Amino acid sequence: MKPTHRESLRHIVLLLPALTIFSAFWLLPMARLVSVGASGEMGVSAYWAVITDPRYFSSLVSTIVLSATVTFATIIISGITGMFLQRNHFFGRRFLLATLTFPLAFPGVVVGFMVILLVGRQGVVGSVTEWLFGEKLVLAYSMAGLFLGYLYFSIPRVILTIMAAAEKLDGALEEAARSLGASPWQVVRDVMIPGLKPALISSGAICFATSMGAFGTAFTLATKINVLPITIYSEFTNYANFSLAAALSIVLGLITWLALALARSMAGSTVAAAA
Amino acid sequence: MDNNSGNPAKLNTVGIRLNACGKTFPDGTRALEPVQLEINPGETVVLLGPSGCGKTTMLRIIAGLEQPDAGGQVFFGEQDVTPLPIEQRHVGMVFQSYALFPNMSVAENIAYGLKVRGMAEVEKKQRVVEMLSMMHLESFAERRIDQLSGGQRQRVALARALAVRPRVLLLDEPLTALDAKLRESLRAEIDRLLRSLKITAVYVTHDQSEAMALGDRIAVMEKGRIAQIGSPREIYYRPATRFVADFIGSMNRVQGMVDGESLQLPSGLLRVGPRVSNEVLFRPEDVRIVSNGEAQLQAKIVSAFFLGDHTRLILDVGNEQTITAETVDRREFKPGDIVPIAVDSEAILFLE
Ligand SMILES: Nc1ncnc2c1ncn2[C@@H]1O[C@H](COP(=O)(O)OP(=O)(O)OP(=O)(O)O)[C@@H](O)[C@H]1O
Ligand SMILES: [Mg+2]
Repeated sequence: MKPTHRESLRHIVLLLPALTIFSAFWLLPMARLVSVGASGEMGVSAYWAVITDPRYFSSLVSTIVLSATVTFATIIISGITGMFLQRNHFFGRRFLLATLTFPLAFPGVVVGFMVILLVGRQGVVGSVTEWLFGEKLVLAYSMAGLFLGYLYFSIPRVILTIMAAAEKLDGALEEAARSLGASPWQVVRDVMIPGLKPALISSGAICFATSMGAFGTAFTLATKINVLPITIYSEFTNYANFSLAAALSIVLGLITWLALALARSMAGSTVAAAA
Repeated sequence: MDNNSGNPAKLNTVGIRLNACGKTFPDGTRALEPVQLEINPGETVVLLGPSGCGKTTMLRIIAGLEQPDAGGQVFFGEQDVTPLPIEQRHVGMVFQSYALFPNMSVAENIAYGLKVRGMAEVEKKQRVVEMLSMMHLESFAERRIDQLSGGQRQRVALARALAVRPRVLLLDEPLTALDAKLRESLRAEIDRLLRSLKITAVYVTHDQSEAMALGDRIAVMEKGRIAQIGSPREIYYRPATRFVADFIGSMNRVQGMVDGESLQLPSGLLRVGPRVSNEVLFRPEDVRIVSNGEAQLQAKIVSAFFLGDHTRLILDVGNEQTITAETVDRREFKPGDIVPIAVDSEAILFLE
């Protein structure tokens, strides 16, 4: 049926608030960002510089590698822990679950600070290793420090998602697999992981996106590695290079958005298969 | 199904013996009193009873999904399988919820048990084809599970369980999730399957007609105990306890004063034979409407329900006692009428 004149008018009126918000908070800033990115001395080639300039390129690559590694480690640690916490009831479990959500409240600065307290120059690990081996182990300002910090704020979210998904797993499927002769490991591979797949993919994507954009932790640790958000920050504060900062922002946004979109389509298709 | 061509599922089936298998759950629920049960090779035993009586618990103990309380033992043939987990017991299981793997096709589901056992590809393919044809699922091999009807899903579940040629087949209310018509046809199919495969099977249900149709023997369970075990006929005609008598079919119960070999009621003398008791039981279909000369009781019709193939009468036999009678008599019965009735003394039961 063709919409009448009145109806299409009504649709436009109803869409107006959404369009306004979309324009004000997404379209205009993005358009501005894209145009600023192309407005510097280098013009559109500012975008090109992200790949050709070794400084920016290495920042981009190390951010992606760091985020991917953190995501991978988080998924494995949280997947196992989440399953365990969902399936096992022991003394103190409720308390443990309650404390798990605690790190979620910390800003990145605090997380970075905690990493310094733990593995920084005056950190606990440093003191212990000095006492044991006569040499301080300092990880805070390297890739390892960032890795620890990012892991710290990623794990709780993913554990909670996995636990929610694990609760919905159909226990009869595991029993059916076992009755057919599947070993515990085969049950994990063929029943549990496929059942948790949508949750693993979506929480992994969010973990990746959060890591790509994390600023506070990286800033506090002031490491030798420049992750992309720090690079963007220093481009416009230290060098007032607005166009490059904008170009880097767009690239960062695109990569993160792509990861999320990919995850959404993958999770979507597995959800359909599991229905 | 043709049994001669390659014999689709030549099974190495065994008997099952439960020795003092009780089950107390960690929260203190006593789901099963220590039970004794012997199931012969190739036999189908149905566990029948009301909700919560421990049917599933017993099945899971046989399967190896639950451990019996200390002292309990499970034997498959001569082998004590008590310490073995389910994956080492070589059983086939069919669940009420089907429990098919949603991430696998029909064929992959059926092949799963063969795959984890490391069967060679060629042999595996052949076995899957056999199972698909045995369950009339050939055209569904590549379907996803969510593209199947309930009846088809349950047939896939049966095929998957039987593909590994299990020693025993365990079914927990496999038809409960299906509608009545489908249940009937799948019940016939399962019956055919169990007879032709001659596999030892334990079948849990709370539907007595299912139990009657499928069981070589029925174990009627009550509150974690086996109240009676026997053939469907034994259970129906010679219930051992009141619980069994009431649970299977319907049963009339009449009290009166003992008078020689009869029971005296306001409506007459009910002949019960040499063994007398002031309370007797008999089934509605054993109440006969007779001529006045043969009558034992003159009962008053309280209500009459014409059901097509028979009429069900609620009769007042005096002392505020009513009984149910079922008759194929084509007469039109009216409430308030008096009918002469008799019950053969062989049909009368005495239960404590
Ligand atoms: N894991 C468990 N923990 C505690 N109690 C349980 C557990 N499983 C079963 N029960 C209890 O044990 C008793 C027997 O349960 P079971 O599942 O064997 O009954 P059922 O005869 O199969 O009933 P239904 O016809 O409803 O399936 C019930 O009272 C039930 O609540
Ligand atoms: Mg049950």
